Amino acid sequence: MKSDPGSEPAEDNIAPSFWIELYRQMRLIRRFEERVIELVNGNEISGVTHEYIGEEAIAVGVCGALRPTDVITSTHRGHGHIIAKGGEPKRMMAELLGRETGYNRGKGGSMHIADLSLGIYGANGMVAGGVPIAAGAAWASRIRKTGIVAVTFFGDGAANQGVLHETMNLASIWKLPIVFVCENNQYAVSTPVSYSTSGPSIAGRAAAYGFPGHAIDGMDVEKVFLATRRGVERARFGEGPTLLECRCYRFQGHFTAERALALTYREAAEIEEWRGKDPVSSWAAKLEARGVFDSAKKAIIDSVVEATLDDAVEFARSSRWPEASEALHHMYATTYAGLPARGSVWNAN
Amino acid sequence: MERQLNYLQALREALVHEMRKDSSIVVLGEDVRQALRGITKGCYEEFGSERIWDTPISEAAFVGLATGAALSGMRPLVEFQIGTLIYISLEQMVNQAQKLRYMMGGQGTIPVTYIVPGSGARPGLAGQHSDHTYPSLLQGGMKVVIPSTPYDAKGLLTAALREDDPVVVFAPAACMSTKGPVPDEEIYIPLGSGEIKKIGSDITVVAIGPLVGEAIKAAHRLESEGISVEVFDPRSLLPFDYPLFERSLRKTGRLVIFDDSNRTCGFAAEIAAYASENLFACLRAPIRRITRADVPVPFSIALDKSVLPSAHQLEQAIRENLSGSGCQLHEQELDAR
Repeated sequence: MKSDPGSEPAEDNIAPSFWIELYRQMRLIRRFEERVIELVNGNEISGVTHEYIGEEAIAVGVCGALRPTDVITSTHRGHGHIIAKGGEPKRMMAELLGRETGYNRGKGGSMHIADLSLGIYGANGMVAGGVPIAAGAAWASRIRKTGIVAVTFFGDGAANQGVLHETMNLASIWKLPIVFVCENNQYAVSTPVSYSTSGPSIAGRAAAYGFPGHAIDGMDVEKVFLATRRGVERARFGEGPTLLECRCYRFQGHFTAERALALTYREAAEIEEWRGKDPVSSWAAKLEARGVFDSAKKAIIDSVVEATLDDAVEFARSSRWPEASEALHHMYATTYAGLPARGSVWNAN
Repeated sequence: MERQLNYLQALREALVHEMRKDSSIVVLGEDVRQALRGITKGCYEEFGSERIWDTPISEAAFVGLATGAALSGMRPLVEFQIGTLIYISLEQMVNQAQKLRYMMGGQGTIPVTYIVPGSGARPGLAGQHSDHTYPSLLQGGMKVVIPSTPYDAKGLLTAALREDDPVVVFAPAACMSTKGPVPDEEIYIPLGSGEIKKIGSDITVVAIGPLVGEAIKAAHRLESEGISVEVFDPRSLLPFDYPLFERSLRKTGRLVIFDDSNRTCGFAAEIAAYASENLFACLRAPIRRITRADVPVPFSIALDKSVLPSAHQLEQAIRENLSGSGCQLHEQELDAR
């Protein structure tokens, strides 16, 4: 699955600006996550975050094949998906800092960023928790004939969750317009996929449910994009689901704090080998080799990315904290006397 | 004479009426096309395969599908063939559907109705088909209604289907065949509105779902002893009609809660806690709870009566409360400790 920098783009009809935009998005995700690590370490972001570094090609390649009205569900490692689906870094950063201007008004944080207007039905803190929710969006699309396609991102850990298999079966019998995107980064926290997962491959499991499954190089944004586009077309034409197993690697630990735990489940050599396939820099090199990109253009994009992130961090830091009185709001669309919610903050009962 | 319907017919009438009015209502569940549980009888014939969806036995998945579809503008009704299937889908109900709007900072609506036809215990169904799971749903903030009459069944299912939040409708087994007056026209009973099902002055009995009828019968029996029992049916457990409950308790000063869910952290415990925190000054005797025991419902009809709350226990508790003996522990209870 080694990338060949000299290879021609598989599709001639795609403008170079599109391929360059994929670079920009990957770079934005990479640098966003590196800023997040700094902010976690500086105690400006509370709790844990799960960085997407190393997996950027998947979010960007997949979302590059989607329309704005298409729907995604994301995972605990969701920042990349949100950015690739059009999420604004400043509102994401504000959410991570728990501010009122965040996507979720500070009620969600890293694992729950959502923007329904962008078709982002939420990152999700439960492994495979978003999978049936995406299928529900696909089901609604089928009933209403809206042409919307749903994509659900999940990891190799989710591949062994019952609800994923239930949903793959349902999606197949109802021919739902959905693409299952497995980000196989080789480890569910510290448990290797080679240990936890039976059968020849995760992609191969689609065959059991009667729809196509493909293992693809998740470090190559072009391959991810092209495979997703085929899956999305199938879905839009009413031919049902596709499973894409994108093989990748997270360069960081499972979460920001993992460094402090001194876990030994990965060899340094393994990490180095995968870092050699860096999806962001390898894509820039490939575009340069194709003659559509150069270091000057790259420098401009990189500096715009930095400025965007400077603004995002500044926006988040200068945003107001939510009012304490909001803590019991937003639970219900329809409220009653005795609701929004009961609890000691609101009153005795 | 007013038209009489049984409880199941009343539920069906509400569903069909709402489905005719609102094309975004779709039904999914196990064997709903054949209408195994009766609510959807005739629906497949009338509304077709795009609105009535038989699911595989995959409760977690189809509950999650309902959430995603609701966020996309549909109004799904999920039918659980058996009440305890909620345990399998609890993650998708409490941790996803109920939490998402809050966690998203108020974005979107999730108008899903879940219905449990034949909830609670029925003779001979033993331990895994008999639970009343609403306490755990209420702890998760899920709106819950539990109509006790055909009239309420029609009115509350209508309200649940129109609500823009997840609502669980428990249709208790003990109520399903009861008959009562149900008008032909639309009935809408807002969530959070309880009803005094029998007016009395000596003691308030809060009776839930299948036990409302039992409480009314007990109240009539106790009239011959000169005891005037008020029966309060909350109908909706969340939101709960605290104002009406308070009015009743302020009048009587005495409270027994009659509930067919487990004792520990059950619904009766919550009502008792509310009354003791907020209405202590008007209480004239200790609150009593008549609930299920904290064991699975046993199979044998010789045993289940020792686990489920009974009218006999209710009557005893009422007499004791009024005679003041409720202030002391029973010798029997002391022996048991």
